Parts: sequence; structure tokens; C-alpha cells
Amino acid sequence: MGLVEAIIISIIAASTPLLLAAAGELIVERSGVLNLGVEGMMIMGAACGFAGAWLTGSTFIGALFGIAAGMALSFVFAVLTLGLAVNQVAAGLALTILGVGLSGLIGAGFVGEKIVPAPQLYLPVLTGIPLIGRILFGQDGFVYVSIALVVGIWWFLYRTRGGLILRAVGDSHTSAHALGYPVLKIRLLAVLFGGGCAGLAGAFLPLAYTPFFIPGMTAGRGWIALALVVFSSWLPGRLVAGAYLFGAVSILQLHAQAFGLGIPSQLMTAMPYLATVIVLVIISRARGAAGSVAPASLGIVFVPDR
Amino acid sequence: MKKLLMTAAAAALTLAATAFNATAADKIKVGFIYLGPVGDLGWTYMHEVGRQMMVKELGDKVETTYLENVNEGPDSERSIVQLARTGHDLIFTTSFGYMDPTLKVAKQFPKIKFEHATGFKNAPNMGTYSGRFYEGRYIQGVIAGKMSKTGTLGYIASFPIPEVISGINATILGAQTVNPNIKLKIIWVNTWFDPGKEADAAKALADQGVDVIMQHTDSPAAMQVAAQRGIYAFGQDSDMIKFGPKTQLTAIINNWGPYYVKQAKAALAGTWKAEDTWDGLKEKMVLMAPYTNMPDDVKALAEKTEAAIIAGELHPFKCPVIGQDGKAVECKGGKNLDAGQILGMNFYVKGIDDKIPGGK
Repeated sequence: MGLVEAIIISIIAASTPLLLAAAGELIVERSGVLNLGVEGMMIMGAACGFAGAWLTGSTFIGALFGIAAGMALSFVFAVLTLGLAVNQVAAGLALTILGVGLSGLIGAGFVGEKIVPAPQLYLPVLTGIPLIGRILFGQDGFVYVSIALVVGIWWFLYRTRGGLILRAVGDSHTSAHALGYPVLKIRLLAVLFGGGCAGLAGAFLPLAYTPFFIPGMTAGRGWIALALVVFSSWLPGRLVAGAYLFGAVSILQLHAQAFGLGIPSQLMTAMPYLATVIVLVIISRARGAAGSVAPASLGIVFVPDR
Repeated sequence: MKKLLMTAAAAALTLAATAFNATAADKIKVGFIYLGPVGDLGWTYMHEVGRQMMVKELGDKVETTYLENVNEGPDSERSIVQLARTGHDLIFTTSFGYMDPTLKVAKQFPKIKFEHATGFKNAPNMGTYSGRFYEGRYIQGVIAGKMSKTGTLGYIASFPIPEVISGINATILGAQTVNPNIKLKIIWVNTWFDPGKEADAAKALADQGVDVIMQHTDSPAAMQVAAQRGIYAFGQDSDMIKFGPKTQLTAIINNWGPYYVKQAKAALAGTWKAEDTWDGLKEKMVLMAPYTNMPDDVKALAEKTEAAIIAGELHPFKCPVIGQDGKAVECKGGKNLDAGQILGMNFYVKGIDDKIPGGK
């Protein structure tokens, strides 16, 4: 395996959890809800995903556990923000704190346990193609799911009636309500979907990336996913670009250090974040021409008149 | 006679007033501030093992509390104050970044005893303690130098502080004794704990031809990557053999328990003093995990090196220590660099082809 190939494989792996979590949050925000609890749902997905895989010996069932855990936590968020009209920012932050604490409790018994890491796809001949074989046909399932997820989200948002309604709810909940669409029900589904994606993103870490569970192992990736949604200006295509850019810069800076390029490591570590800020500035300057802006109802509580 | 009694009484009063800790207690409350989660299997986990040893040895004479996942900096100050306000008599703060917050809180609560791990600032009621981890790293360097076929070792470093830099230097000095041309690739990850990033760094090192990985970060992620790639690694803080049964050569084990027991006993007896404790292999504050996955001659060499360090015959920073510029570093300790030079180390030794981030 050549160095370039190895680097690209590492980049894809580093980008995948960000892409999974951000894709879910994109749908949540498109429905007009701001759920800042992604980190909490991810770490719950990591703990429960590992527990599931350890108990059953199956990565697939582990991933389902992770999705279920993320959805369960997001349901709590939905009850608070949609049912009780609690402030979304506060509820989201509380969700992260709850998730971090609860995952430590659930995961405590699994610390130091080992599982078989997620299997990687192997297609005879195809996987053996030099340079691109491993990259295209030799990844684990999570990578393919993340790509399929974003393609599916793009198709849903722009090619289906459901997507149109979801966007309408996010842009003006009062109009959508007046037209007779069940705003809260649509938002509930969006929040649950986002929770499932965050849970899956979290499960990716102990199931495939570093096959063991340790509390706090998401290490802030949920927050990066949130930033990526803003970075993408709520567009699926840009979300993929953003996630891979972030993954690429964070892996390349490690290689640059190992090569001894002599650039200060603090600057190197800040590079992904700097790149994100720079691209954000460029996008917002170009927004008039090509960009989309935030859903107009984002973060605003909706109480239907009865 | 009466005058003598008066003097004695006055002396006793003064003594009682100044030496606040000179009274024995039946029971004390002991608090711990942890950087990571207790289940990190690394740094925080080993402090937790130490706390549990204290509870086991002292039973109901101590009541302990710990706060985990406490960020360094302003967050930690609030947590330390919280322990101080809730009646803790002795508080251990267990990360370098807690140094200034601990000092600040120690001044606000002069009656409470504080102990800060791995720092260098003291107060009348604040002691410091740390392990001479560089001794273990020197042994690891010797082993790595023998085991590496590519002649290139990899080092995953956290933050450019003296403890990490002295570890890097001790490693290459050890490795140079068996392979004068050994190379060391260093990656700074600027975090103590992020398994994903630690794994990424280990992958990058392996991809670039490193065949022995060392780490100064807290999770077993690098060990797992090394196991997948079929190369060697060392455990950090605790014995990580179960994450790499065929990968781990040895591990540096931080053995805090005996110290925690000793200091709690001192606090109970009223003999606690703010001291500066820095113990190594000899005092068993630093232990080496069994030497595994290596030929017998390498194992014998590692054991010999360990024995020599314990006996005081070998010091990793024995003068002359040659800096990167090729000049000998001033030898303040006579035969070896002195404690201050090691605890404040801010230079690389000759043989490291890199620069300290933000350094000279």
C-alpha cells in the first residue's frame, strides 16, 4: 500500500463520523430545529453501540443499538422543545451534558473490553486494483452508509414532496401550519432522524475506528459536525466537501509533522479549524450569488394555535 | 515557675496557631480532581487506582470524592473551590494544567492541604508530587533501539511541556546507546486524550515507516493501531498488554497508590507538610510492565538497564548531555543534569532532527 493510498484511507475514516452526524443535523436544522446536543447523542451512540456489539458479537446489531440510543436521547430533546416549547439552545446543551454522563454510566462496565472491529468490504479483483481498489471497494460499511445517507438526503430534500414540505416547515412554520401541515410531527421525525444519525456516528468510533470503548471518546466531534452544517450553508453537497476537507487537513497535518516540515504543531492542530473559518468567510461573501442561507425558522419555538 | 508555665502556654498557643496541621484527626475527607474519565485506562485511571488503594488501606478513616473530566484552566478552579468548600481536608489535583488554579485556591483556603501532580509551584499548604517517568522512557528507548528494523521510531507527543520533552530526550538517549544512528519522528497532537486522533497519529507514523511507536497520550488507541499494523508499541500510564498481546514491549506504570496512602496517613496524624516529591523506579512510583515480545538478550539488557537506574549507577541525563547545536549542556548537577534542568527541560538533545513547537 502506497503512502498516498494510506493517507486517503485515513482521511476517509476520519471524515466519516463527522459526515454521519452532520448529515442528520442538516435535516434537523432544515426542519427549523437547532439541536446542539449532537455530542451527547454521539457519545451515547458510542457507549450503546459498543455494548450492543459486545453483547451480540455483531457490528451490525451494535450499530443498530447506537442508532436507537441516539434516537432515544433525541426523543427527550423533542419532548422538551416540541412538546413543552423549551428553549432549543438550552435543551441541546443539557442534552450533551446528559449524554456524556449517561454514556459514562452505561459504558463503565465495558471499559477495557474488546470486540472484533467492523469488517472491511472485500471484493475479489476490484479491491485489488492498485491505488483506487482499497479506497473504493475496501472500506467498512459505515463509509458507504455515510455516502448513501448524503445522497439520499439530497434526493429527499430536492426531489420529493416530503423534502419540499420539510423545507417549508423550516422556512416558515406559521405558513406551513396554516397550509395544514403537521409542523410538530414533521419536526419530531426530523429530530429523531438526526438523533439516529448522531448515534450511528458515535457507534462508528468504538465499532470501527478505535475498537474499544472509553468514556469521552467522541472528544468534541459532535461540535465539529454542528459547525460543518453551518459551513455547508445547509446544502448536502457542501457538507460532504466540508467533512472531507476537515478530515483531510487533520490527517495531512499529522503527516506533515512526521515528515518534519518544521511548522509549529499548534498551528498545524488549528489548521482544520482555520480552514473551516476561511471557507465560511468565502462562502458567506459568495452567498448572494450561489449560496443558501439558514432556514428562517431555525431555533424559533413553535406553539400551534389550537 | 509561673513565668515558665506562661511561656510554655504561649509557645503552645503559637505552635497551635501556626502549625494548623499539627493536630491529629480521626477521619479526613480527601478530594481528587481528574483530567479525564476514570475509565480512560491511562493517566486518570491510574490515579483512580491509587485512590482506591487509599480507601482500601485506610478504610473509614478517609472519605473520598473525585471529580472527573475537569478541564484545565478556569474550569478546574471552580471544581477545586467546590471541593474546598465542601469540607475536604486534603485535595489532590492530578494534571499539569491545574497548577496555577490549585495555587490560587490554596491561598484562599490556607487550612486545607493541597497536592498538585507534575507541577513546580509550592505554597505552605500546597505540595507537589510527580514520577520520574523519564527513567522508564530511557529503558523503552534501549528496547526500541534494539527492536527497530527500520531504524526509525515514532513518538506521539501531547503538549510541549518539560515533562514530555524530557521523555522524548530520555527515549533517544536510551536508543542511541544501542543504535547511534536511530531516528525519531515526533507528532504533536496537542491533546492528552482523544483516542481517534491518537490512532490517526499512530497510522501516520506507521505509514511513514516507523516500526516502534511510543506515546505520551492517555488511551490505548496507538497500541491497537500498532497491533493491526504488526509493529511494536509501549503502554502508557498503565499496563496495556490486553490491547496488544503481541505488540506491547513493556509499559510505564504510574503507581500513585502508596504515595496517596502515605500522605493521607500524614494528614491523619497531623504530620503532613507541603513537600516536593519526585520519585522514580527506585521508590516504585514508576514501575515497568513485564518485558514481553522481545528476544531474551533484549529482555536481559532492559532488565540490566532498569537495575542500574534503580541502583543509581545509571542516570538517563548523565553529563555530558549534548544539545541539538552539538554543544554540551551546562551540567548543574555535577555528574548528571540537576532536577531543575530536567523538570524545566526545553531543548532537544543531539540526534533529534526536529524542532520543539514554539521553542527555539
